Amino acid sequence: MPHQFIWLIFLLPLFSFIIIGFFVRPFVRAESKLAGYITILSIGGSLALSVWALFAVMAAPHHEIPVPDVTWAVIEDGVTIHLGLIMDSLTAVMLIVVTVVSLMVQIYSQGYMQGDPGYHRYYAWMSLFTASMIGLVMADNLLFLFVFWEMVGLCSYLLIGFWFHKPSAADAAKKAFIVTRLGDFGFLAGILLLYLNTGTFDIYELHELAIAGALAGTTLTWAAIGIFAGAVGKSAQFPLHVWLPDAMEGPTPVSALIHAATMVAAGVFLVARMFPLFEHSTEALTTVAIIGGITAIFAASMGLVMNDIKRVLAYSTISQLGYMMLGLGAGGVAIGIWHLFNHAFFKALLFLGAGSVNHATGTFDMRLMGGLRKYMPWTYLTFVIASLSISGIWPLSGFWSKDEILINTFAHQPVLFYLAMITVFMTAFYMFRAVFMTFGGEYRGGEPSAHGHEGHHGQPHESPRVMTIPLMILAALSILSGLWNVTGHFGAFMGHGETHGFFTGLFHPFTQPLPWISLILAGSGILLAYAMYRKSWISPERIGSMFKPLYTLFYRKYWFDELYENIIVRNALLKGLFAGFEQFDNHVVDGAVNGVAGGAIVSGRAIRHAQTGQLQLYGLFIGIGILAIIFVIYFFG
Amino acid sequence: MLGSGYLTTILFLPAVGAVLVAFVLSNRDRVIKWTAALFTFVPLALSLILFALFDRSPEAAGLIQFQERALWIAPINAYYHLGVDGLSLPLMVLTAFLGFLAVLISWKIHLRVREYFAWLLLLETSILGVFLSLDLLLFFIMWEIEVIPMYFLINIWGAGRKEYSAIKYVVYTLFGSAFMLAGILSLYFSTGSLNMVEIGQRGLGLVQSIMPAAPIFWLLLIGFAVKLPVFPFHTWLPDAHTDAPTAVSVMLAGVLIKMGGYGMIRLCVTMFPPVAQQYAVILVILAIIGVLYGAAVTMRQTDFKRLIAYSSISHMGYVLLGIFALGKVSLVGAALQMFSHGLVTGLLFAMVGLVMHNAHERDLRKLGGLARQVPIITVVFSIAGLASLGLPSTSGFAAEFLVFVGSFSSSLVPGIQVYTILGVFGVVVTAGYILWMLQRVFYGPPLEQYDGTADADVLERVYMFAFVAVIMLVGIYPAIITDIIKLGISPIAGMLGG
Repeated sequence: MPHQFIWLIFLLPLFSFIIIGFFVRPFVRAESKLAGYITILSIGGSLALSVWALFAVMAAPHHEIPVPDVTWAVIEDGVTIHLGLIMDSLTAVMLIVVTVVSLMVQIYSQGYMQGDPGYHRYYAWMSLFTASMIGLVMADNLLFLFVFWEMVGLCSYLLIGFWFHKPSAADAAKKAFIVTRLGDFGFLAGILLLYLNTGTFDIYELHELAIAGALAGTTLTWAAIGIFAGAVGKSAQFPLHVWLPDAMEGPTPVSALIHAATMVAAGVFLVARMFPLFEHSTEALTTVAIIGGITAIFAASMGLVMNDIKRVLAYSTISQLGYMMLGLGAGGVAIGIWHLFNHAFFKALLFLGAGSVNHATGTFDMRLMGGLRKYMPWTYLTFVIASLSISGIWPLSGFWSKDEILINTFAHQPVLFYLAMITVFMTAFYMFRAVFMTFGGEYRGGEPSAHGHEGHHGQPHESPRVMTIPLMILAALSILSGLWNVTGHFGAFMGHGETHGFFTGLFHPFTQPLPWISLILAGSGILLAYAMYRKSWISPERIGSMFKPLYTLFYRKYWFDELYENIIVRNALLKGLFAGFEQFDNHVVDGAVNGVAGGAIVSGRAIRHAQTGQLQLYGLFIGIGILAIIFVIYFFG
Repeated sequence: MLGSGYLTTILFLPAVGAVLVAFVLSNRDRVIKWTAALFTFVPLALSLILFALFDRSPEAAGLIQFQERALWIAPINAYYHLGVDGLSLPLMVLTAFLGFLAVLISWKIHLRVREYFAWLLLLETSILGVFLSLDLLLFFIMWEIEVIPMYFLINIWGAGRKEYSAIKYVVYTLFGSAFMLAGILSLYFSTGSLNMVEIGQRGLGLVQSIMPAAPIFWLLLIGFAVKLPVFPFHTWLPDAHTDAPTAVSVMLAGVLIKMGGYGMIRLCVTMFPPVAQQYAVILVILAIIGVLYGAAVTMRQTDFKRLIAYSSISHMGYVLLGIFALGKVSLVGAALQMFSHGLVTGLLFAMVGLVMHNAHERDLRKLGGLARQVPIITVVFSIAGLASLGLPSTSGFAAEFLVFVGSFSSSLVPGIQVYTILGVFGVVVTAGYILWMLQRVFYGPPLEQYDGTADADVLERVYMFAFVAVIMLVGIYPAIITDIIKLGISPIAGMLGG
């Protein structure tokens, strides 16, 4: 196939958005499922082309194929901006992630969003969301990358706030947009700094300049940290993590997409895409690793105590994104992206599983669930597979990528390594806490008024095929996706490490001490969850009251929301500084204007008395004036 | 020598319409409105033709096109001199566009219709005159004429403290133009010429002058600074915008305040490049204060219209930043920001007017949940809001990005990188107040008292979509405007040497 076809990967979902937004939504009746089919078809097309592109890239020299570009604008004489696409190993892998997860989510949504009054709108935004993310991973210059970056942010704003009549959804959407924009500010500043010093937005040119050392020193460090600030916002890293847990206000399939393949993955991708810049600045790379390591354990600690299943998953995402950043910072592109790749499938599966559970019970509160394994065998089975995978149990996918991160962290960032190890234990614990609370024991009744569906008061039931089949496919991927690198092929493809035999690779971890330790930690996390939430050998309440301060700290999310929303935004800024400005504007700036006006009237009244009409008096004034001028000239002239 | 007469036609058709409406035609609403529509539509069509005919080749850089020149007052060497270059052409098109849409927006005016449209049409001519004049006397006359219709439009058809706002606008503008007149007179006595092109090209530094250049620069600048407005001369703006009728707010925010930015580039920077460079830091600092302080005060507003008005102060800060960063790209960005802001804020004011008209409420604390009741207004308002906060694919992003890139990489102003970064931070605050406003008005549970609120009717949809189409067009392909602007900017940038 000619390389022009690569454009279609991006354009198909974009066309889908345009068709749904401008033709289907206004003219097709609300019950029609046409919008969903158009979206599925177009993203399916993108997936097929992405698979083809992946193989083409694998076969190509230097794992890179050229894509024809178009000239978009001429900034200055000689400086043109091309709208071009990159097709290298990083992009190829990201495309697989985005299109596979998006396709699964779109199919699942046909069931989940059935009968929602905003059905067409939903698929229009979903198409645009996918198109923007594809554009982001393919953009060959920072300007367009930033454009798609913002479009991804817009789409998540629209989808998180999809049920905008709920104040909590509108709040969450706004929060997501503004918090990520705070990071975008850094990203934009980084772009400006790079442009100032290099005169280019082109990503490959920037790579070469960094590698050649033309771009170095503090400039490079600041630019890289600026770019990383953007990634911190998008990938919900500490301290801009606060938007992601609230972002579950959107429909659950949206959360699956946001948490797995689009939006939050963009930040990790950005660091990977600009990696040569980070690589040549030790400070920047260390910053990435430290923020990643802190975020991993910090978010996991909050995941331990949440009762809302989506919140547990949200904190788990933040934590896993921290792992990816740590992998990038300590190991490199291949390590970080490898975890992103595996994580995408099991995290999408977990969210879709949570959605399926919600479909049956009408709630996300795990305290109201329980016993669902009997009623929803497929959801249960797939959810457990994903939980084992994320906990890092051999030979599921999560094991392989987490193992790589731990090995590299141990080698390069020993302090962070211990944090990462504790996080392994926490991850296994909170995931299986969720599994046992949701699926174990007896059913605790669910939400009395559920999900808008009537007649839910009886027993929960398994979700329809259109929802469970994507779960099964994703479960298969959660088991198998890790095998790509058992032979070292993924790493080699991404330019890291060498390949070896399959069975050597498969059992290699058992010859090392480190995988044993992490497996034991994960296993004991699962066991502890089993003991506490399945068998009640240990009472969670007693543990909670034993570590009351710690429990409160985690449960109240370290008071970050209070700090940001109440203390900084509401009091320090809105009621403090901004109110002061407003008062200043009304009374001082405008007061001066009105004062001058009033003063003019008053002085006019006073000076009026000088206008007597007597020539003698005027003559006197003229004389005084002349004397004054002579005086001035004499002394100053 | 009189040229093709295109520009004269564009300039005076609205005024002719005003005369017809005021003195000739019968006093029937329909007749008056259709006449006003016709006499604003033809200039729009003609200006689009000029836009298409405009020579975009690189050789045309700095060239005045469609020039018309005739001796007007011989003793003082004053000419009737019109022409457009890359800087003024987009502003002319914008004025014609908003002038026509302002008539459509005013379709529901029922109070003293004849007078209203006469003043509105006269307003368009005077603004066009400012952008088209190349003779300082003509420029100044047009600048001053604009105040009269504005005064009556706010005073009679306004709302709230309209009398106060109207007189404040007039006095403030006259305060500024007094300085400007002094500046223009000084220019005239220094050079003996009123020809803006000539003075600009010769460069004032080369002219034997009886007055140093710096005072003239500042006299002119104060006049423009009041108009733009620049902190601390901005307090007329929220009052005038808030109390003016909708269409007048659209014109005011859309094109009138651009006269300030245009004047700064055309007169202050072009004629006094070394002086501009000398004092650029002061103006850049004022620009950043405008951006951040303006945005902060905007956050505090509870009146729907006043919020949009205050946001203009913040957005005009970017224009000032772009101009006095003195880089080629930053100047292009400033000019594009003027064009973009005209569209975006024009649309925002039109939409605010619509919401206030249909829902009979302007207090943001009392509005809410309108998305269900007025879905079309919600969609268009959201697009306008997103354009205002500089989202890619809208004109706002293209303009702000060019301002940032251009300013940041400018070499003429010390410390410009720091100021630019501070300015970039303004986009975060902007996102804050725009999204807060959208949520306040449209999201949340629908409120009973707004049941039955009318959504946009056919006419309203027409002008809304016209706005949205241009905003998106410029956002997706900004070169359609920047290719023209560059021709006007490159000679100026050449003189600055940046």
